[in-house]
Amino acid sequence: MSTLAVRPRWPLALCVEAAAAAGRRLRHLRRAPGRFLGITLNPLVSMLILGYLFQHSITVPGAGSYQEYLFAGAAAQVGLAGIGPSAIAVAGDRDRGLVDRLRSLPIDRGAVLIGHTLADAVVGVLGLAVVTAFGLLIGWRPHGDPLSTVAAFALLALFGYVMSWVGVLLGMTSRNAESISALAPLVTVVLPFLSNAFLSSASLPGWLTPIADWNPVSAVSSACRALWANPSGTATSFAGTHPGVVLAAWLGPLLVVSAGLSLRRYRATG
Amino acid sequence: MELAVEAVGLRKRYRGVEALAGLDLTVGAGRVLGLLGPNGAGKTTTVRVLATLLRPDAGFARVAGHDVVREPDGVRRRIGLAGQYAAVDEVLTGWENLVLVGELLHLGRRGARRRARQLLDRFDLAAAADRPVRTYSGGMRRRLDLASCLVVEPSVLFLDEPTTGLDPVSRLALWAAVEELVAGGVTVLLTTQYLEEADRLADRIAVIAAGRVIAEGAPDELKRKVGLPWLEVAVVDPATVPGALSVLAPVAAEAPVVDRDGARITVRLRDGADDLATAAVALRTAGVEVLDFALRRPTLDDVFVQLVGHTT
Repeated sequence: MSTLAVRPRWPLALCVEAAAAAGRRLRHLRRAPGRFLGITLNPLVSMLILGYLFQHSITVPGAGSYQEYLFAGAAAQVGLAGIGPSAIAVAGDRDRGLVDRLRSLPIDRGAVLIGHTLADAVVGVLGLAVVTAFGLLIGWRPHGDPLSTVAAFALLALFGYVMSWVGVLLGMTSRNAESISALAPLVTVVLPFLSNAFLSSASLPGWLTPIADWNPVSAVSSACRALWANPSGTATSFAGTHPGVVLAAWLGPLLVVSAGLSLRRYRATG
Repeated sequence: MELAVEAVGLRKRYRGVEALAGLDLTVGAGRVLGLLGPNGAGKTTTVRVLATLLRPDAGFARVAGHDVVREPDGVRRRIGLAGQYAAVDEVLTGWENLVLVGELLHLGRRGARRRARQLLDRFDLAAAADRPVRTYSGGMRRRLDLASCLVVEPSVLFLDEPTTGLDPVSRLALWAAVEELVAGGVTVLLTTQYLEEADRLADRIAVIAAGRVIAEGAPDELKRKVGLPWLEVAVVDPATVPGALSVLAPVAAEAPVVDRDGARITVRLRDGADDLATAAVALRTAGVEVLDFALRRPTLDDVFVQLVGHTT
Protein backbone atom coordinates (compact mmCIF):
# COMPACT_ATOMS: atom_id res chain seq x y z
CA MET A 1 0.00 0.00 0.00
CA SER A 2 2.65 2.44 0.97
CA THR A 3 4.08 4.36 -1.93
CA LEU A 4 7.69 5.20 -1.48
CA ALA A 5 9.01 8.22 -3.28
CA VAL A 6 12.68 9.03 -3.38
CA ARG A 7 13.33 12.72 -3.69
CA PRO A 8 16.48 13.38 -5.73
CA ARG A 9 19.10 15.93 -4.71
CA TRP A 10 18.54 19.64 -4.86
CA PRO A 11 18.88 20.97 -8.41
CA LEU A 12 17.26 17.91 -9.95
CA ALA A 13 14.40 17.83 -7.42
CA LEU A 14 13.65 21.48 -8.12
CA CYS A 15 13.66 20.85 -11.89
CA VAL A 16 11.21 17.94 -11.63
CA GLU A 17 8.90 19.89 -9.31
CA ALA A 18 9.01 23.11 -11.34
CA ALA A 19 8.33 21.13 -14.53
CA ALA A 20 5.29 19.49 -12.92
CA ALA A 21 4.02 22.89 -11.78
CA ALA A 22 4.61 24.39 -15.22
CA GLY A 23 2.80 21.46 -16.86
CA ARG A 24 -0.23 22.26 -14.77
CA ARG A 25 -0.34 25.88 -15.96
CA LEU A 26 0.05 24.78 -19.57
CA ARG A 27 -2.89 22.42 -19.18
CA HIS A 28 -4.95 25.38 -18.00
CA LEU A 29 -4.04 27.14 -21.19
CA ARG A 30 -5.14 24.21 -23.30
CA ARG A 31 -8.51 24.30 -21.53
CA ALA A 32 -8.89 28.05 -21.95
CA PRO A 33 -7.08 29.18 -25.11
CA GLY A 34 -8.80 32.55 -24.78
CA ARG A 35 -6.09 33.55 -22.33
CA PHE A 36 -3.55 32.99 -25.05
CA LEU A 37 -5.47 35.29 -27.34
CA GLY A 38 -5.28 37.83 -24.51
CA ILE A 39 -1.51 38.21 -24.66
CA THR A 40 -1.33 38.52 -28.46
CA LEU A 41 -4.37 40.75 -28.82
CA ASN A 42 -2.74 44.02 -27.82
CA PRO A 43 0.34 43.69 -30.05
CA LEU A 44 -1.82 42.59 -32.98
CA VAL A 45 -4.19 45.52 -32.52
CA SER A 46 -1.23 47.90 -32.26
CA MET A 47 0.15 46.63 -35.54
CA LEU A 48 -3.23 46.73 -37.22
CA ILE A 49 -4.22 50.21 -36.09
CA LEU A 50 -0.87 51.98 -36.22
CA GLY A 51 0.81 49.94 -38.93
CA TYR A 52 -2.14 49.64 -41.28
CA LEU A 53 -4.92 52.15 -40.53
CA PHE A 54 -2.63 55.05 -39.58
CA GLN A 55 0.32 54.13 -41.76
CA HIS A 56 0.02 57.21 -43.92
CA SER A 57 -0.24 59.68 -41.06
CA ILE A 58 2.86 58.44 -39.20
CA THR A 59 6.39 58.97 -40.39
CA VAL A 60 9.45 57.85 -38.50
CA PRO A 61 12.17 60.45 -38.19
CA GLY A 62 15.26 59.16 -39.88
CA ALA A 63 13.14 57.57 -42.59
CA GLY A 64 12.47 53.92 -43.35
CA SER A 65 9.34 51.81 -43.33
CA TYR A 66 7.03 52.47 -40.39
CA GLN A 67 5.92 48.83 -40.30
CA GLU A 68 9.54 47.83 -39.79
CA TYR A 69 9.96 50.40 -37.05
CA LEU A 70 6.70 49.43 -35.35
CA PHE A 71 7.26 45.69 -35.22
CA ALA A 72 9.92 45.71 -32.48
CA GLY A 73 7.59 47.75 -30.27
CA ALA A 74 4.68 45.38 -30.84
CA ALA A 75 6.92 42.40 -30.08
CA ALA A 76 8.01 44.05 -26.81
CA GLN A 77 4.35 44.52 -26.00
CA VAL A 78 3.95 40.72 -25.89
CA GLY A 79 6.19 40.70 -22.83
CA LEU A 80 4.15 43.42 -21.12
CA ALA A 81 0.92 41.62 -21.94
CA GLY A 82 2.20 38.59 -19.99
CA ILE A 83 2.31 40.48 -16.68
CA GLY A 84 -1.45 40.39 -16.09
CA PRO A 85 -2.03 36.69 -16.79
CA SER A 86 0.93 35.68 -14.59
CA ALA A 87 -0.34 37.81 -11.74
CA ILE A 88 -3.89 36.51 -12.06
CA ALA A 89 -2.76 32.88 -12.14
CA VAL A 90 -0.67 33.31 -8.98
CA ALA A 91 -3.33 35.27 -7.11
CA GLY A 92 -5.96 32.71 -8.15
CA ASP A 93 -3.95 29.82 -6.69
CA ARG A 94 -3.64 31.69 -3.43
CA ASP A 95 -7.31 32.64 -3.21
CA ARG A 96 -8.52 29.12 -3.94
CA GLY A 97 -6.40 27.56 -1.20
CA LEU A 98 -4.23 25.70 -3.67
CA VAL A 99 -1.11 27.40 -2.35
CA ASP A 100 -1.82 25.90 1.07
CA ARG A 101 -1.90 22.42 -0.38
CA LEU A 102 1.31 23.02 -2.31
CA ARG A 103 3.08 24.56 0.66
CA SER A 104 2.19 21.56 2.81
CA LEU A 105 3.95 19.23 0.36
CA PRO A 106 7.64 18.35 0.75
CA ILE A 107 8.67 20.21 -2.39
CA ASP A 108 11.10 23.03 -3.03
CA ARG A 109 9.73 26.38 -1.88
CA GLY A 110 10.62 27.88 -5.24
CA ALA A 111 9.18 25.15 -7.46
CA VAL A 112 5.65 26.45 -7.79
CA LEU A 113 6.50 30.04 -8.70
CA ILE A 114 9.35 29.00 -11.00
CA GLY A 115 6.87 26.62 -12.63
CA HIS A 116 4.51 29.53 -13.23
CA THR A 117 7.23 31.58 -14.93
CA LEU A 118 8.38 28.64 -17.06
CA ALA A 119 4.83 28.14 -18.31
CA ASP A 120 4.60 31.87 -18.97
CA ALA A 121 7.83 31.66 -20.95
CA VAL A 122 6.39 28.94 -23.17
CA VAL A 123 3.26 30.99 -23.71
CA GLY A 124 5.33 34.11 -24.36
CA VAL A 125 7.36 32.37 -27.06
CA LEU A 126 4.19 31.10 -28.74
CA GLY A 127 2.75 34.61 -28.53
CA LEU A 128 5.89 36.02 -30.14
CA ALA A 129 5.54 33.48 -32.95
CA VAL A 130 1.98 34.59 -33.67
CA VAL A 131 2.91 38.28 -33.54
CA THR A 132 5.94 37.66 -35.77
CA ALA A 133 3.81 35.88 -38.34
CA PHE A 134 1.49 38.88 -38.40
CA GLY A 135 4.45 41.24 -38.60
CA LEU A 136 5.77 39.42 -41.66
CA LEU A 137 2.29 39.73 -43.13
CA ILE A 138 2.21 43.52 -42.82
CA GLY A 139 5.70 43.93 -44.22
CA TRP A 140 8.25 43.61 -41.43
CA ARG A 141 11.52 41.91 -42.43
CA PRO A 142 14.75 41.38 -40.50
CA HIS A 143 17.78 42.59 -42.43
CA GLY A 144 20.55 41.55 -40.07
CA ASP A 145 22.46 38.26 -40.13
CA PRO A 146 20.61 35.15 -38.87
CA LEU A 147 22.45 35.12 -35.56
CA SER A 148 21.47 38.73 -34.79
CA THR A 149 17.90 37.98 -35.80
CA VAL A 150 17.74 35.06 -33.38
CA ALA A 151 19.50 37.10 -30.68
CA ALA A 152 16.78 39.75 -30.88
CA PHE A 153 14.11 37.11 -30.34
CA ALA A 154 16.09 35.71 -27.41
CA LEU A 155 16.22 39.22 -25.96
CA LEU A 156 12.43 39.54 -26.32
CA ALA A 157 11.98 36.16 -24.62
CA LEU A 158 14.22 37.27 -21.76
CA PHE A 159 12.29 40.53 -21.46
CA GLY A 160 9.05 38.54 -21.30
CA TYR A 161 10.49 36.18 -18.69
CA VAL A 162 11.48 39.04 -16.41
CA MET A 163 8.04 40.60 -16.91
CA SER A 164 6.40 37.32 -15.85
CA TRP A 165 8.32 37.54 -12.54
CA VAL A 166 7.02 41.07 -12.18
CA GLY A 167 3.55 39.60 -12.71
CA VAL A 168 4.20 36.89 -10.11
CA LEU A 169 5.22 39.54 -7.58
CA LEU A 170 2.10 41.52 -8.41
CA GLY A 171 -0.02 38.40 -7.90
CA MET A 172 1.68 37.55 -4.62
CA THR A 173 1.25 41.04 -3.17
CA SER A 174 -2.17 42.08 -4.46
CA ARG A 175 -5.24 41.75 -2.31
CA ASN A 176 -7.46 40.41 -5.05
CA ALA A 177 -7.30 39.20 -8.61
CA GLU A 178 -9.93 41.65 -9.84
CA SER A 179 -7.81 44.74 -9.28
CA ILE A 180 -5.08 43.08 -11.32
CA SER A 181 -7.35 42.38 -14.26
CA ALA A 182 -8.38 46.03 -14.17
CA LEU A 183 -4.85 47.46 -13.98
CA ALA A 184 -2.72 45.07 -16.02
CA PRO A 185 -4.15 45.98 -19.46
CA LEU A 186 -3.36 49.61 -18.67
CA VAL A 187 0.33 48.76 -18.33
CA THR A 188 0.28 46.91 -21.64
CA VAL A 189 -1.34 49.81 -23.45
CA VAL A 190 0.17 52.88 -21.78
CA LEU A 191 3.79 51.86 -21.23
CA PRO A 192 4.58 51.44 -24.95
CA PHE A 193 3.18 54.91 -25.61
CA LEU A 194 5.59 56.35 -23.03
CA SER A 195 8.45 54.77 -24.97
CA ASN A 196 9.76 54.66 -28.50
CA ALA A 197 7.86 51.42 -29.18
CA PHE A 198 5.41 52.98 -31.61
CA LEU A 199 6.60 56.56 -32.05
CA SER A 200 9.99 58.19 -31.72
CA SER A 201 10.62 59.40 -28.18
CA ALA A 202 11.61 62.77 -29.64
CA SER A 203 8.03 63.29 -30.80
CA LEU A 204 6.75 63.20 -27.18
CA PRO A 205 6.39 66.38 -25.07
CA GLY A 206 9.91 67.47 -24.13
CA TRP A 207 9.80 66.54 -20.45
CA LEU A 208 8.67 63.01 -21.34
CA THR A 209 11.55 62.32 -23.71
CA PRO A 210 14.10 61.29 -21.04
CA ILE A 211 11.45 59.12 -19.34
CA ALA A 212 10.71 57.45 -22.63
CA ASP A 213 14.41 56.97 -23.34
CA TRP A 214 14.94 55.23 -20.01
CA ASN A 215 11.77 53.15 -20.37
CA PRO A 216 12.82 49.48 -20.65
CA VAL A 217 10.26 49.08 -23.45
CA SER A 218 12.27 51.64 -25.47
CA ALA A 219 15.49 49.83 -24.70
CA VAL A 220 14.24 46.40 -25.77
CA SER A 221 12.62 47.86 -28.90
CA SER A 222 15.76 49.79 -29.89
CA ALA A 223 18.02 46.81 -29.24
CA CYS A 224 15.83 44.61 -31.46
CA ARG A 225 15.75 47.23 -34.22
CA ALA A 226 19.51 47.39 -34.16
CA LEU A 227 19.85 43.60 -34.33
CA TRP A 228 17.28 43.35 -37.12
CA ALA A 229 18.74 46.38 -38.93
CA ASN A 230 15.32 48.03 -38.92
CA PRO A 231 14.80 51.79 -38.96
CA SER A 232 15.54 53.08 -35.48
CA GLY A 233 14.52 56.73 -35.16
CA THR A 234 16.83 59.56 -34.20
CA ALA A 235 17.72 59.28 -30.55
CA THR A 236 20.68 61.33 -29.38
CA SER A 237 20.64 60.99 -25.58
CA PHE A 238 22.86 58.52 -23.74
CA ALA A 239 19.90 56.29 -22.88
CA GLY A 240 18.53 56.50 -26.40
CA THR A 241 21.81 55.44 -27.95
CA HIS A 242 22.78 52.76 -25.42
CA PRO A 243 19.72 50.50 -25.23
CA GLY A 244 21.82 47.57 -24.06
CA VAL A 245 22.98 49.45 -20.98
CA VAL A 246 19.45 50.63 -20.14
CA LEU A 247 18.08 47.13 -20.64
CA ALA A 248 20.68 45.51 -18.40
CA ALA A 249 20.12 48.20 -15.77
CA TRP A 250 16.43 47.33 -15.74
CA LEU A 251 16.20 43.60 -16.27
CA GLY A 252 18.90 42.46 -13.85
CA PRO A 253 17.58 44.27 -10.77
CA LEU A 254 13.95 43.67 -11.77
CA LEU A 255 14.52 39.93 -11.99
CA VAL A 256 16.44 39.73 -8.73
CA VAL A 257 14.01 41.91 -6.81
CA SER A 258 10.74 40.50 -8.13
CA ALA A 259 11.85 36.86 -7.91
CA GLY A 260 13.43 37.42 -4.51
CA LEU A 261 10.43 39.17 -3.00
CA SER A 262 7.96 36.73 -4.55
CA LEU A 263 9.78 33.69 -3.20
CA ARG A 264 10.09 35.27 0.21
CA ARG A 265 6.41 36.06 0.20
CA TYR A 266 5.54 32.53 -0.91
CA ARG A 267 7.52 31.05 1.97
CA ALA A 268 5.87 33.32 4.50
CA THR A 269 2.29 33.35 3.21
CA GLY A 270 0.10 33.39 6.27
CA MET B 1 1.87 6.33 24.56
CA GLU B 2 3.76 7.56 21.52
CA LEU B 3 2.71 11.05 20.50
CA ALA B 4 2.11 11.89 16.86
CA VAL B 5 1.32 15.52 17.58
CA GLU B 6 2.61 17.49 20.52
CA ALA B 7 2.13 21.23 20.95
CA VAL B 8 3.23 23.23 23.96
CA GLY B 9 2.42 26.87 24.61
CA LEU B 10 1.78 27.84 20.99
CA ARG B 11 1.24 31.55 20.46
CA LYS B 12 0.45 33.41 17.30
CA ARG B 13 -0.61 37.00 16.80
CA TYR B 14 -2.32 37.67 13.56
CA ARG B 15 -3.15 41.16 12.33
CA GLY B 16 -3.31 42.42 15.89
CA VAL B 17 -5.45 39.54 17.16
CA GLU B 18 -4.10 36.86 19.45
CA ALA B 19 -5.18 33.79 17.50
CA LEU B 20 -3.28 31.35 19.70
CA ALA B 21 -2.73 32.26 23.32
CA GLY B 22 -0.62 29.44 24.71
CA LEU B 23 -2.23 26.39 23.19
CA ASP B 24 -1.25 22.92 24.42
CA LEU B 25 -2.39 19.70 22.87
CA THR B 26 -1.30 16.16 22.17
CA VAL B 27 -2.54 13.43 19.88
CA GLY B 28 -1.42 9.85 20.43
CA ALA B 29 -0.18 7.91 17.42
CA GLY B 30 -3.07 6.30 15.58
CA ARG B 31 -5.69 8.32 17.47
CA VAL B 32 -8.20 10.92 16.37
CA LEU B 33 -8.41 14.27 18.12
CA GLY B 34 -11.41 16.48 17.42
CA LEU B 35 -10.75 20.19 17.80
CA LEU B 36 -13.98 21.99 18.63
CA GLY B 37 -14.51 25.66 19.06
CA PRO B 38 -16.53 28.62 17.88
CA ASN B 39 -15.55 30.61 14.79
CA GLY B 40 -12.35 32.52 15.43
CA ALA B 41 -11.31 30.32 18.36
CA GLY B 42 -8.04 29.41 16.66
CA LYS B 43 -8.85 26.02 15.13
CA THR B 44 -7.59 26.82 11.66
CA THR B 45 -4.56 28.70 13.00
CA THR B 46 -3.65 25.62 15.06
CA VAL B 47 -3.83 23.42 11.99
CA ARG B 48 -1.81 25.89 9.92
CA VAL B 49 0.95 26.02 12.52
CA LEU B 50 1.07 22.24 12.87
CA ALA B 51 1.07 21.78 9.09
CA THR B 52 4.05 24.19 8.78
CA LEU B 53 2.09 26.82 6.87
CA LEU B 54 2.46 29.35 9.65
CA ARG B 55 5.34 29.97 12.05
CA PRO B 56 4.27 30.29 15.66
CA ASP B 57 5.46 33.39 17.53
CA ALA B 58 6.25 31.27 20.57
CA GLY B 59 5.89 27.73 21.77
CA PHE B 60 6.96 24.39 20.46
CA ALA B 61 5.35 21.75 18.29
CA ARG B 62 6.40 18.36 17.02
CA VAL B 63 4.48 16.49 14.38
CA ALA B 64 5.40 12.92 13.44
CA GLY B 65 8.65 13.31 15.36
CA HIS B 66 9.78 16.55 13.69
CA ASP B 67 9.87 20.10 14.95
CA VAL B 68 7.48 22.23 12.86
CA VAL B 69 9.79 25.26 12.90
CA ARG B 70 13.23 23.69 12.62
CA GLU B 71 12.44 20.66 10.45
CA PRO B 72 9.43 21.68 8.36
CA ASP B 73 10.45 19.40 5.50
CA GLY B 74 10.50 16.41 7.80
CA VAL B 75 6.97 17.30 8.90
CA ARG B 76 5.76 17.86 5.33
CA ARG B 77 6.98 14.44 4.27
CA ARG B 78 4.71 12.81 6.82
CA ILE B 79 1.54 14.87 6.85
CA GLY B 80 -1.53 15.38 4.72
CA LEU B 81 -3.61 18.54 4.88
CA ALA B 82 -7.19 18.80 3.69
CA GLY B 83 -8.17 22.39 4.20
CA GLN B 84 -11.39 24.22 4.73
CA TYR B 85 -11.74 24.83 1.02
CA ALA B 86 -11.02 21.82 -1.11
CA ALA B 87 -7.57 22.73 -2.42
CA VAL B 88 -7.83 21.11 -5.79
CA ASP B 89 -7.29 22.66 -9.19
CA GLU B 90 -10.73 23.28 -10.68
CA VAL B 91 -9.57 23.51 -14.26
CA LEU B 92 -7.80 20.16 -14.22
CA THR B 93 -9.61 16.84 -14.16
CA GLY B 94 -9.63 14.69 -11.04
CA TRP B 95 -7.09 12.41 -12.68
CA GLU B 96 -4.77 15.29 -13.60
CA ASN B 97 -4.96 16.67 -10.07
CA LEU B 98 -3.74 13.42 -8.56
CA VAL B 99 -1.08 12.85 -11.22
CA LEU B 100 0.20 16.38 -10.58
CA VAL B 101 0.67 15.69 -6.87
CA GLY B 102 2.36 12.38 -7.69
CA GLU B 103 4.78 14.08 -10.07
CA LEU B 104 5.51 16.84 -7.56
CA LEU B 105 6.34 14.09 -5.08
CA HIS B 106 8.71 12.30 -7.47
CA LEU B 107 6.66 9.20 -8.10
CA GLY B 108 7.59 9.56 -11.76
CA ARG B 109 5.09 9.66 -14.59
CA ARG B 110 4.19 5.97 -14.38
CA GLY B 111 4.18 5.83 -10.60
CA ALA B 112 2.03 8.95 -10.41
CA ARG B 113 -0.47 7.53 -12.88
CA ARG B 114 -0.70 4.20 -11.10
CA ARG B 115 -1.25 5.91 -7.77
CA ALA B 116 -3.89 8.25 -9.26
CA ARG B 117 -5.81 5.30 -10.63
CA GLN B 118 -5.74 3.50 -7.26
CA LEU B 119 -6.95 6.56 -5.40
CA LEU B 120 -9.72 7.37 -7.87
CA ASP B 121 -11.02 3.82 -7.48
CA ARG B 122 -10.75 3.93 -3.72
CA PHE B 123 -12.65 7.21 -3.44
CA ASP B 124 -15.30 6.25 -5.93
CA LEU B 125 -14.23 8.88 -8.43
CA ALA B 126 -13.15 6.65 -11.32
CA ALA B 127 -16.24 7.51 -13.38
CA ALA B 128 -15.55 11.23 -13.02
CA ALA B 129 -11.78 10.92 -13.50
CA ASP B 130 -11.68 12.76 -16.82
CA ARG B 131 -14.08 15.55 -15.94
CA PRO B 132 -12.79 18.96 -14.87
CA VAL B 133 -13.10 19.34 -11.10
CA ARG B 134 -15.21 22.45 -11.69
CA THR B 135 -18.08 20.07 -12.60
CA TYR B 136 -17.74 18.00 -9.39
CA SER B 137 -20.22 18.12 -6.54
CA GLY B 138 -19.07 19.36 -3.13
CA GLY B 139 -18.74 15.80 -1.86
CA MET B 140 -16.67 14.68 -4.85
CA ARG B 141 -14.35 17.66 -4.41
CA ARG B 142 -13.73 16.85 -0.77
CA ARG B 143 -13.07 13.22 -1.61
CA LEU B 144 -10.59 14.29 -4.28
CA ASP B 145 -9.00 16.69 -1.81
CA LEU B 146 -8.63 13.88 0.70
CA ALA B 147 -7.24 11.60 -2.01
CA SER B 148 -4.63 14.27 -2.88
CA CYS B 149 -3.40 14.07 0.71
CA LEU B 150 -2.87 10.35 0.37
CA VAL B 151 -0.75 10.21 -2.77
CA VAL B 152 2.17 9.48 -0.51
CA GLU B 153 0.60 7.94 2.57
CA PRO B 154 0.87 10.39 5.46
CA SER B 155 1.20 9.26 9.06
CA VAL B 156 -0.62 12.35 10.35
CA LEU B 157 -3.62 13.83 8.61
CA PHE B 158 -5.01 17.30 9.32
CA LEU B 159 -8.64 17.77 8.37
CA ASP B 160 -9.85 21.33 8.71
CA GLU B 161 -13.66 21.26 8.71
CA PRO B 162 -13.74 18.41 6.21
CA THR B 163 -17.50 18.23 5.83
CA THR B 164 -18.59 21.87 6.10
CA GLY B 165 -21.26 22.47 3.49
CA LEU B 166 -21.69 18.83 2.51
CA ASP B 167 -25.03 17.07 2.20
CA PRO B 168 -25.69 14.23 4.68
CA VAL B 169 -24.91 11.43 2.24
CA SER B 170 -21.58 12.95 1.21
CA ARG B 171 -20.78 13.56 4.85
CA LEU B 172 -21.34 9.91 5.71
CA ALA B 173 -19.14 8.85 2.78
CA LEU B 174 -16.34 11.13 3.95
CA TRP B 175 -16.64 9.89 7.52
CA ALA B 176 -16.37 6.32 6.31
CA ALA B 177 -13.23 7.23 4.35
CA VAL B 178 -11.65 8.83 7.42
CA GLU B 179 -12.56 5.85 9.58
CA GLU B 180 -10.91 3.56 7.08
CA LEU B 181 -7.72 5.62 7.24
CA VAL B 182 -7.74 5.56 11.02
CA ALA B 183 -8.19 1.79 10.94
CA GLY B 184 -5.05 1.72 8.79
CA GLY B 185 -3.11 3.50 11.55
CA VAL B 186 -3.19 7.13 10.44
CA THR B 187 -3.31 9.78 13.19
CA VAL B 188 -5.98 12.41 12.55
CA LEU B 189 -6.43 15.90 13.88
CA LEU B 190 -9.85 17.13 12.88
CA THR B 191 -11.41 20.53 13.33
CA THR B 192 -15.14 20.75 13.06
CA GLN B 193 -18.18 22.75 13.97
CA TYR B 194 -20.34 19.65 13.88
CA LEU B 195 -20.38 18.03 17.27
CA GLU B 196 -21.94 14.94 15.79
CA GLU B 197 -18.87 14.63 13.57
CA ALA B 198 -16.49 14.90 16.52
CA ASP B 199 -18.62 12.43 18.48
CA ARG B 200 -18.47 9.89 15.70
CA LEU B 201 -14.84 10.21 14.61
CA ALA B 202 -12.83 11.42 17.58
CA ASP B 203 -11.36 9.40 20.46
CA ARG B 204 -10.62 12.60 22.27
CA ILE B 205 -11.93 16.10 22.02
CA ALA B 206 -10.27 19.38 22.79
CA VAL B 207 -12.53 22.39 23.07
CA ILE B 208 -10.73 25.62 22.25
CA ALA B 209 -11.78 29.19 22.77
CA ALA B 210 -9.80 32.41 22.40
CA GLY B 211 -6.71 30.51 21.32
CA ARG B 212 -6.36 28.02 24.14
CA VAL B 213 -7.72 24.63 25.12
CA ILE B 214 -10.45 25.04 27.72
CA ALA B 215 -11.51 21.41 28.06
CA GLU B 216 -10.18 18.08 26.90
CA GLY B 217 -11.26 14.51 27.22
CA ALA B 218 -13.06 11.56 25.66
CA PRO B 219 -16.50 12.58 24.35
CA ASP B 220 -18.28 10.68 27.14
CA GLU B 221 -16.09 12.24 29.81
CA LEU B 222 -16.93 15.69 28.57
CA LYS B 223 -20.63 14.90 28.45
CA ARG B 224 -20.56 13.63 32.03
CA LYS B 225 -18.84 16.82 33.12
CA VAL B 226 -21.75 18.85 31.83
CA GLY B 227 -24.28 17.10 33.99
CA LEU B 228 -26.52 14.17 34.85
CA PRO B 229 -29.26 12.89 32.60
CA TRP B 230 -32.54 14.73 32.81
CA LEU B 231 -36.20 13.92 32.30
CA GLU B 232 -38.22 15.50 29.56
CA VAL B 233 -42.01 15.34 29.68
CA ALA B 234 -44.29 16.61 26.93
CA VAL B 235 -47.94 16.90 27.87
CA VAL B 236 -50.90 16.65 25.48
CA ASP B 237 -52.83 19.57 26.99
CA PRO B 238 -50.88 22.67 28.09
CA ALA B 239 -53.59 23.30 30.68
CA THR B 240 -52.32 20.29 32.65
CA VAL B 241 -48.78 21.74 33.00
CA PRO B 242 -49.34 23.31 36.46
CA GLY B 243 -50.66 19.97 37.79
CA ALA B 244 -47.71 18.14 36.28
CA LEU B 245 -45.23 20.61 37.77
CA SER B 246 -46.61 20.14 41.26
CA VAL B 247 -46.38 16.33 41.15
CA LEU B 248 -42.85 16.45 39.59
CA ALA B 249 -41.49 18.88 42.18
CA PRO B 250 -40.64 16.21 44.79
CA VAL B 251 -38.26 14.35 42.42
CA ALA B 252 -36.63 17.48 40.96
CA ALA B 253 -33.11 18.51 41.97
CA GLU B 254 -33.90 22.06 40.96
CA ALA B 255 -37.12 23.81 39.85
CA PRO B 256 -38.50 22.15 36.67
CA VAL B 257 -38.35 24.32 33.56
CA VAL B 258 -41.24 24.72 31.13
CA ASP B 259 -40.20 25.55 27.58
CA ARG B 260 -41.60 28.38 25.50
CA ASP B 261 -44.50 26.59 23.81
CA GLY B 262 -45.73 25.64 27.26
CA ALA B 263 -46.11 21.90 26.76
CA ARG B 264 -42.63 20.49 27.48
CA ILE B 265 -41.16 20.22 30.95
CA THR B 266 -37.48 19.59 31.73
CA VAL B 267 -36.66 18.14 35.15
CA ARG B 268 -33.18 17.60 36.61
CA LEU B 269 -33.53 14.41 38.60
CA ARG B 270 -32.19 13.86 42.09
CA ASP B 271 -31.18 10.27 41.43
CA GLY B 272 -31.64 8.16 38.30
CA ALA B 273 -34.07 5.30 37.86
CA ASP B 274 -36.07 5.50 41.10
CA ASP B 275 -37.06 9.08 40.42
CA LEU B 276 -38.00 8.13 36.88
CA ALA B 277 -40.48 5.54 38.18
CA THR B 278 -41.83 7.90 40.84
CA ALA B 279 -42.36 10.63 38.25
CA ALA B 280 -44.20 8.31 35.87
CA VAL B 281 -46.57 7.07 38.58
CA ALA B 282 -47.16 10.59 39.93
CA LEU B 283 -48.13 11.89 36.49
CA ARG B 284 -50.55 9.04 35.89
CA THR B 285 -52.13 9.44 39.33
CA ALA B 286 -52.59 13.17 38.67
CA GLY B 287 -54.32 12.31 35.40
CA VAL B 288 -51.81 14.16 33.18
CA GLU B 289 -51.89 12.83 29.63
CA VAL B 290 -48.32 12.45 28.39
CA LEU B 291 -47.10 12.67 24.78
CA ASP B 292 -43.41 12.02 25.42
CA PHE B 293 -41.63 10.86 28.55
CA ALA B 294 -37.92 10.31 28.20
CA LEU B 295 -34.57 10.40 29.90
CA ARG B 296 -32.16 12.62 27.92
CA ARG B 297 -28.41 12.68 28.17
CA PRO B 298 -26.17 15.66 27.51
CA THR B 299 -24.89 15.81 23.94
CA LEU B 300 -21.69 17.41 22.79
CA ASP B 301 -23.85 20.39 21.86
CA ASP B 302 -24.62 20.83 25.53
CA VAL B 303 -20.93 20.52 26.37
CA PHE B 304 -20.17 23.12 23.79
CA VAL B 305 -22.85 25.56 24.86
CA GLN B 306 -21.91 25.23 28.49
CA LEU B 307 -18.20 25.68 27.86
CA VAL B 308 -18.15 28.44 25.33
CA GLY B 309 -21.54 30.04 25.85
CA HIS B 310 -23.57 31.40 22.98
CA THR B 311 -20.68 32.89 21.09
CA THR B 312 -21.43 31.11 17.83
